[in-house]
Amino acid sequence: MNNSNLSAILSLHAELSLVVVLVVVLLADLLRKPDAGGRWFRVMVCLLMGVQVFLDLTPDARSLFGGMYVNTPFTSVVKSILSAGTLLVFLQCGEWLGRRDTRFRQGEFYVLTLSTLLGMFFMLSSGHFLMFYIGLETASIPMACVVAMDKYRHHSAEAGAKFILSSMFSSALLLYGLSLLYGTCGTLYFADVPGLLQGSPLQQLALVLFIAGMGFKMSLVPFHLWTADVYQGAPTGVTAYLSVISKGAAAVALAVVLRFVFPLMKDDWTLTIAVLSVVSITVANLMAILQGDMKRFMAFSSISQAGYIVLGALAGTTQGMASMAYYIAVYVVANVAVFAVISTIEQHTGGLTSRDDYRGLYRTNPRLTLVMTLALFSLGGIPPFAGFFSKFFIFAAAFEEGWWVVVFLALLNTIISLYYYLLVVKAMYISEPEDGRCVVAPMRSAPGVRLCLVLCVAGICALGLCSGFYEGLEYWAEAL
Amino acid sequence: MEYTILILLLPVLSFLLLALAGMKMSHRVSGLIGTVVLGAVAALSYMAAYDYFSLPRQADGTFATLVPWNAVWLPFTESLHIDMGVLLDPISVMMLVVISTVSFMVHIYSFGYMKGERGFQRYYAFLSLFTFSMLGLVVATNIFQMYVFWELVGVSSYLLIGFYYTKPEAIAASKKAFIVTRFADLGFLIGILIYGFYVGTFSFTPTETGLMQGAMMLPLALGLMFVGGAGKSAMFPLHIWLPDAMEGPTPVSALIHAATMVVAGVYQVARMFPLYIAYAPDTLHIVAYVGAFTAFYAASVACVQSDIKRVLAFSTISQIGFMMVALGVCTGAPSHEGGLGYMASMFHLFTHAMFKALLFLGAGCIIHAVHSNEMSTMGGLRKYMPVTHITFLIACLAISGIPPFSGFFSKDEILTACFAFSPVMGWIMTLIAGMTAFYMFRLYYGIFWGRENKELHAAHVPHESPLSMTFPLMVLAAITCVAGFIPFGHFVTGDGLSYDIHLDATVAATSCVVAVVAIALATFMYARDTQPVADALARRFPRLHEAAYRRFYMDEAWLFVTKRIIFRCVSRPVAWFDRHVVDGFMNFLAWAANASGEEVQPMQSGRIQAYVLWFMAGIIVLTLMLLLCV
Repeated sequence: MNNSNLSAILSLHAELSLVVVLVVVLLADLLRKPDAGGRWFRVMVCLLMGVQVFLDLTPDARSLFGGMYVNTPFTSVVKSILSAGTLLVFLQCGEWLGRRDTRFRQGEFYVLTLSTLLGMFFMLSSGHFLMFYIGLETASIPMACVVAMDKYRHHSAEAGAKFILSSMFSSALLLYGLSLLYGTCGTLYFADVPGLLQGSPLQQLALVLFIAGMGFKMSLVPFHLWTADVYQGAPTGVTAYLSVISKGAAAVALAVVLRFVFPLMKDDWTLTIAVLSVVSITVANLMAILQGDMKRFMAFSSISQAGYIVLGALAGTTQGMASMAYYIAVYVVANVAVFAVISTIEQHTGGLTSRDDYRGLYRTNPRLTLVMTLALFSLGGIPPFAGFFSKFFIFAAAFEEGWWVVVFLALLNTIISLYYYLLVVKAMYISEPEDGRCVVAPMRSAPGVRLCLVLCVAGICALGLCSGFYEGLEYWAEAL
Repeated sequence: MEYTILILLLPVLSFLLLALAGMKMSHRVSGLIGTVVLGAVAALSYMAAYDYFSLPRQADGTFATLVPWNAVWLPFTESLHIDMGVLLDPISVMMLVVISTVSFMVHIYSFGYMKGERGFQRYYAFLSLFTFSMLGLVVATNIFQMYVFWELVGVSSYLLIGFYYTKPEAIAASKKAFIVTRFADLGFLIGILIYGFYVGTFSFTPTETGLMQGAMMLPLALGLMFVGGAGKSAMFPLHIWLPDAMEGPTPVSALIHAATMVVAGVYQVARMFPLYIAYAPDTLHIVAYVGAFTAFYAASVACVQSDIKRVLAFSTISQIGFMMVALGVCTGAPSHEGGLGYMASMFHLFTHAMFKALLFLGAGCIIHAVHSNEMSTMGGLRKYMPVTHITFLIACLAISGIPPFSGFFSKDEILTACFAFSPVMGWIMTLIAGMTAFYMFRLYYGIFWGRENKELHAAHVPHESPLSMTFPLMVLAAITCVAGFIPFGHFVTGDGLSYDIHLDATVAATSCVVAVVAIALATFMYARDTQPVADALARRFPRLHEAAYRRFYMDEAWLFVTKRIIFRCVSRPVAWFDRHVVDGFMNFLAWAANASGEEVQPMQSGRIQAYVLWFMAGIIVLTLMLLLCV
């Protein structure tokens, strides 16, 4: 291998460093006493992830392996956001992983989760559908193991089974779509496909299958049905990861592929995405109203958020891409904060996740309640929190491309979403607990969780008010 | 001059510290923190003024406009962006000096005045917040930053007026002040948006092309901005909040409702002055007429009020009217002919801030001594309160325009500018100046001379205030004595060139004579124990007296407009519509959402076969849609 190739390999540095992290974690886990608390192990993993966040960024576009791998500044920024989100999830999981019955498995948790992240990275940076598919699968299969992490808990095992079965199904259909594409175009290179597209019915079917496969990952309606069961059954930290990281990666990957591989079929995919977006937001909102379990409730909330995220793909412009990445970043901090609160309460009370258990929480745990309120406000899109600006930008992007009916329906839906987010707020502040005392006793969360919550709250407050963040994303998206 | 950012940072830090940790501190510590910080701010402001004015003038003879700090906050387009920063030019530097001086004096004074009050820490926190907002307003680099701080000023004024939040009058007054000024600010905001849209920038100094595009809309934009300025500066008919705002603690009245915030409107017009002169001279003259009418109206109301703070409030309104007139009578005439009013207005703003703050702080001492605002509880106080008496007298002489006190010089420039504009305007303003002298001396005699309320004073002997309160009085009195001799024209002028102020002998003589006559009249009517002439006049013209006492029923008129017309004809139908149609629709939505939620529930059966079925169905429907529609 000559010198230029070596330096070319180095432009894989996000993936390479993630592999290094993975190997280090694996080795450290082997050297660790399995029954020890593993606090330093967790601290080490978090520190490594913290470094990873900054290693992801690349200022210039690189293509490798004859176009199989393409890294652009924009995808590198998305990778960085995903790494940061993973770090937040890891911080939040510390308490759960340190438990007596899970601590011997924490190495597995980290390795499996990081493998999925690696898969997402390759999916984001692929320049060929085969590469894309491999990335997708790498991101899915370990996920099923993580979902079933609490394997002696019935729900967790069931969730794992459901996840792997439906995941297989969707992958099969996606592969079928790719094979149709290959059959009609004769190539799977992203760079070559656009010139060979004619928009024939077979290609339309291929497109739908591809979108459906990605829609499964993002849990868009009607490919979402696994979501509620899996979110409820999986350990809460895993649910948080599923709801923000997997979803974000899939959304960006879908948007990039649609914009650059299917430009000639823009009418087809914009219509499909528009329908999926509206249906997802609406159906998920309607379902969310009825949920009494917080984790199930957040599952539907995240489906509706996915509907908003794909609006960025719908625009298919630089602004759309930037607003999508921004939305994901904002969504990550808010959603992780909510899940962190849910999981803390779950850990400290022996598994309470019903909304009714949150009644009067304000009086026993004012600070947790405040964090939860801010995060829910951000998810609901109330100014001046970041969620308002992210919704604003993504609506503006879709509006500028003339999708005003879709934007109007989405806006209407934000009112409904506000209702159910406020239901939780109402339960925490206003509703009287049944016997006059909140069932959740005053508690003190672990340092990792607290750090995670502080970071999330800072993000919720600052990401919206500092205009530089969005501008930065727009700048990186232009360099796409 | 990068250190000027500290002038903004220090008060906001002190506000945060006092607001977050104030309740854990003793009164003394929190007051000291606020005062020391303000002292530092004042020192920095003086340093900034010294540094700024000792910079060499530019080639064209003007002082350079410096922007030591600027950050783009919200960019919209290449030229249209909202910035946050610090801008130094002659008027902003002058305002820095005025604000920090008065604020510092008020901080010291409040030590004595607010001693032992509940919420002492809160009071100092709010004072810091106000000072921060006001300073931010004057150093704004663009019209939008000005607006942001403008609203912050409004909020802190609201908080301070309602400081005694257990008193219903204070609550009502704070709400009134906030709502009225906020209503006026709507005009300001619309003006800014029009300006931004047509001229394409929020900067005070637009580009040539921007001005070409927006020239047609500038008079409208500036006029709307002036509506906001009129609200803050209590111009008729938006003045109604200011007399009520006297419910706040008296030092607050001195700081906010006499010296600084209420001149924000004047400052705003002065800030936009180059645009007014070049593109909207007619709008500028409207400002003059509004100012003149307000000055006259307020002066006539002030002649009959019995609450000393109300008299001072109306006198403030009247004096701000003078400043507005001075700006408004400017024309595009070359050299100092046209721009004299600008200099006069800023000069008067400066001197007025000092002597009006002095008057209010003096009034505070008096109220502190007799525990009432009513003139009937006073009289003969000169024996008990010598320092307050002398300083108050100095301020009265200054505001009446008696040389050599500062008010004489600035008012004289205003009158000269008015005569240059039109003799009618000149004579009207001279007349109002006479009324000013009359009501101020009526107030002075009513407080310090006249019949003593012996019963009340026997029960509670009035006493001179502590040094913390009299010291600011003496400082401000000293400034009032010498401020007139500041060569103001060397620093602030309409065209930026240096200018030697020279008194117009005729105007100066006339105004002196008028003032002396008015004072003599007041002496004749009010200096003795009984006031036969005044009582006879009140009996002779009962209606007029009553109307003037009731401020010519302006509050009633506003109440009529709001309660009878707006509430009844607009609000009620809207409320009905809201309750029945909007709420009904929302209730329907909620019901529909719940019902359809129940409907889609079975989809979520928990069986993975069913999930796969839905998945397939989705793909088929989407494919059919694409095949058929696209």
